[in-house]
Amino acid sequence: MSQPFRLNKEGLINRNKKIYFTFNGKKLFGYEGDTIASALIANGIHLVGRSFKYHRPRGFFGAGVEEPNAKLQVEFNGHSEPNVNATEMELVEGLSATSQNCWPSVNFDVGAINNFLKMFFPAGFYYKTFMWPKSFWYKIYEPFIRKAAGLGVASIEKDKERYEHKFEYCDLLVTGSGPSGLASAYAAAKNGAKVILAEDKPRFGGTLLTDDVSIDNLSGKDWAEKIITELKSMPNVTVKNRSQVFGYYDHNMLVMFERVSDHLEKKSKFTPRQRLWYIRAKETILSTGSIERPIVFGNNDTPGIFLSAAAKEYMKVYGVLVGKKPLIFTNNDSAYETALEFKKNNVEPIILDTREEHSSELIDEAKSKGIDIRFSHGVIVANGYKKVKSAKIGKLNKDKNSFEKIETVDCDCICVSGFWTPSVHLASQSGNKLKYEEKIDAFIPDKKKQHETSVGAANGSFTLEESLKHGFENGSNLSAKITETKTEISIPNVNEKKYGAHDKFWCMPLPKNENPKRFVDFQNDVSVSDIEIALREGYRSIEHVKRYTTLGMATDQGRTSNLNGLQLVSNIENKIVPEVGHTTFRPPFTPITIGTIVGREVGMEYMPTRKTPMHEWHEKNNAVFVDAGAWKRPRYYKEGNETLFEASKREAKNVRENVGICDVTTLGKIDIKGPDAAEFLNRVYTNAWMKLPIGKARYGLMLREDGIVMDDGTTTRISENHYHMTTTTAQAANVLSHLEYYLQIVWPELNVNVVSTTEQWAGAAIAGPKSRDMLSKLYPDLDVSNEALPFMGYKEAEFFGVPSRIFRISFSGELAYEINVKSDHGMFMWEKMMEVGKEFGNQPYGTEALSTLRIEMGHVAGPELDGRTIPSDVSLNGLVSKKKDFIGKNSLGREAFNVESRQKIVGLIPIDRKSSIPEGSHIVQDQNAKLPNPKLGHVSSSCWSVENNNPFSLAIMKDGKNMIGKKFFAVSPLKNKSIEVEVISSHYVDPEGKRVRS
Amino acid sequence: MLYIKCPYCGLRAQKEFSYGGDATVKRPNINEEVSSEDWDNFVYMRKSPRGKHIELWQHIAGCRQWIKVQRDTATHEIFQTAKVTEEIR
Ligand SMILES: [Zn+2]
Repeated sequence: MSQPFRLNKEGLINRNKKIYFTFNGKKLFGYEGDTIASALIANGIHLVGRSFKYHRPRGFFGAGVEEPNAKLQVEFNGHSEPNVNATEMELVEGLSATSQNCWPSVNFDVGAINNFLKMFFPAGFYYKTFMWPKSFWYKIYEPFIRKAAGLGVASIEKDKERYEHKFEYCDLLVTGSGPSGLASAYAAAKNGAKVILAEDKPRFGGTLLTDDVSIDNLSGKDWAEKIITELKSMPNVTVKNRSQVFGYYDHNMLVMFERVSDHLEKKSKFTPRQRLWYIRAKETILSTGSIERPIVFGNNDTPGIFLSAAAKEYMKVYGVLVGKKPLIFTNNDSAYETALEFKKNNVEPIILDTREEHSSELIDEAKSKGIDIRFSHGVIVANGYKKVKSAKIGKLNKDKNSFEKIETVDCDCICVSGFWTPSVHLASQSGNKLKYEEKIDAFIPDKKKQHETSVGAANGSFTLEESLKHGFENGSNLSAKITETKTEISIPNVNEKKYGAHDKFWCMPLPKNENPKRFVDFQNDVSVSDIEIALREGYRSIEHVKRYTTLGMATDQGRTSNLNGLQLVSNIENKIVPEVGHTTFRPPFTPITIGTIVGREVGMEYMPTRKTPMHEWHEKNNAVFVDAGAWKRPRYYKEGNETLFEASKREAKNVRENVGICDVTTLGKIDIKGPDAAEFLNRVYTNAWMKLPIGKARYGLMLREDGIVMDDGTTTRISENHYHMTTTTAQAANVLSHLEYYLQIVWPELNVNVVSTTEQWAGAAIAGPKSRDMLSKLYPDLDVSNEALPFMGYKEAEFFGVPSRIFRISFSGELAYEINVKSDHGMFMWEKMMEVGKEFGNQPYGTEALSTLRIEMGHVAGPELDGRTIPSDVSLNGLVSKKKDFIGKNSLGREAFNVESRQKIVGLIPIDRKSSIPEGSHIVQDQNAKLPNPKLGHVSSSCWSVENNNPFSLAIMKDGKNMIGKKFFAVSPLKNKSIEVEVISSHYVDPEGKRVRS
Repeated sequence: MLYIKCPYCGLRAQKEFSYGGDATVKRPNINEEVSSEDWDNFVYMRKSPRGKHIELWQHIAGCRQWIKVQRDTATHEIFQTAKVTEEIR
């Protein structure tokens, strides 16, 4: 196996290590340090994909992030990734790459028929064609567009890789390790600043690796290596390659995407694949360089056409020739360096320069080396379908709008240069408005909005001398302000070639009767004629032109197309570019993987898991858990083959007949202390709190200021100035913030402290007619009689030697108690209860039985207190004091809250006493009425009443109390059910509440 | 992500805070008569200015103090932060 386009010596690759990979099934090799692109070009492969819309053959165009075409599906390290930039992805052993957007193969693609039907695919084609009729959208148009527009295929396999997030703080973040970035980082590091230097590519140095320059008598590459080595040795500097700073967010936070191990053949289990860095920088140097832009000409998307700097990079970094018969098509001097590099490697280029004959250092050098230079010339159209074979070139007239002479020359590649565009993406993201710089026909950063400073080519300075000077100066000055240290650094001597002026020429005219496609945006297949159509159809704003034509909207963000698009619009509109303006740059600068964004927050780590101290017991005893916020709560304890329905019925019935215990640790608990605690509670709750005796609990209701119920729970007076508040599991955090708000902001004069104690206590409810008997066994020395410990009573006592709190409160409607012990004693308490409770028929019960018990008693919970109900809606107006003021009281007088027909809580039972009513069902008068069928209410909670052995539901219904005795339908389109129901009282069992007091 | 200076803890990431709305709204005094209009203004009516806005944030994952933040709603620039007992002008 030989590599026909690999040079013998050049390049920075490791020729001692071959790496084998496959492309479209064919086994090939490259060397360590190759990208997929450089390895394929070395093997003479240029056709790698088909274009988005017309399925035209496409090859490589760039050598890095600017690449618009070469997006491959790549399988490596056991996973498959779509849309991988072949020019960025490093070769790794066993990698397998395939072309995208083609069927059945890249060489023979059926979709290419679109190319011959291109008159039917003009700008706005999708908008115009797929608009009508609407019913066609989902079944016909959308699948068609999806298939036609397919990029790669996302893997449906579970991603086994590890991704990490990292938070970092620094004085100076430098984004890019070209000359200006290295100089900035170096100067700042010497001032003692904490510096992070980020380089997107594997190799540091940027253009220093490819430009023919010297600094202090070292080659650019050697100087870069020297500086990097020194930076790496400094403890205050972090140097990162393969790391793209892709987003500039508020308050100088930048986000960086690090490819940690994609290039590694083997890695340890815990090495992440990629890492996302959130970097808060005091100052940021944007040394992101510039990207060469093309000149637009006919069939300029043919494989074998490259940016001229990319062709140079392939030679100098990878030792690869992009062709052996190159045409260099340029409007400026930089492409001459590419020509000279070809010449150095014994390849004879022809230079077509759109400028009139003139002289400059580089032109003179090219002339002296005998290179064929043709001034006032340009490429009109490239010939060849899957690869460039020849080009029709023309000699331009003085006005450069027609040709004096046209001829065809043979070539196997065309290297094009239309001058340089500063990479201002990050500056723009930071809020910088950008300004148009006439001298370079491009935008550069304007007044800074955050702490960002653009240097070097990113700021429009294209000479090495200037870049280094700006780098050293800015790095030094910015860091000196932070570290208050300034170390003098002498700016090195630079030897570089001077460029002459570039030609403000960006698009080749066409001879009469010729109409080849001239692409502006390769990735989205937007041609000159598409932009002309958009303007002809009346689109004026550049933002509209962009969306109509999709110019610059592909994953390459128009890096090589934006300015040419703007030039075209401004030419047609007869405006200057700054009047046309530019579209907005948005993060991410390059596509990043979803895995990186997600980081470690997957599976079990998606959110924290809160377990009660009794969790292990529940697990061992076949609990089926349910998520309650972050908590895991037993939903039911499965015995044998029981279903949820059977188990919860058994558990609830046992509470009604014997006794059951329930883990209630998850209830929110707030400790309230201070001389004004009673006054505070009196303002927070709707009912009266000034006279609650020590050792008593009270049920309380709290509202928002708009009168809507916020939460309910019991609060117990532990001692003179000490209260223990409970909240619902769901509202615990909100209630604490709510209390803190009033104490800190509204009533700071109240001397009260609140603190969450949810985690400090383990709680178990003992409920059922036999609960007192069981309690007396648990506390043999305590008088637990109804007189000594009445309903809403409270006692502190030792529970088999550990301190505990006993509350006589009930959620189930039965005689019940809640015992709290310190969390560490939770398991001990639970196991003791199970042991002691045996003789009373005690069984544990889960949240499903708990719901059943409270629903049939008509106790409201989350589904009723849903942020739309006021106290009287849910029969809690008895708890609303008329005598005192409290949070939300003034809102309760609102007219809408007091109309007769206002919604009220009711109970529902099915007429057939069998069909359970789905939660969320709508209550309607006539199940067959024409839509929209007037909705009279909704079903909030449903259960199987164990007391009456039939279904029962709670509902919130318009004019509810007056509906009792009437019949309606509960309709659930979701479950496709309609059940005839009768409205009854919401208190289905023990309406007088005798049991809790028994 | 904003970078908010808690007057008690120092500069912290926005992640640690939760937003609490307009800080200039004053609740009518408890136990005092209030007109429906004043009450409605307190509960519902908020300005939504473009530009400087004094607002409440709570340092929930830190010291749990409610604080005042003067922020530009268009640019997110934070001009000043203060304890709730302090004035922002
Ligand atoms: Zn704080």
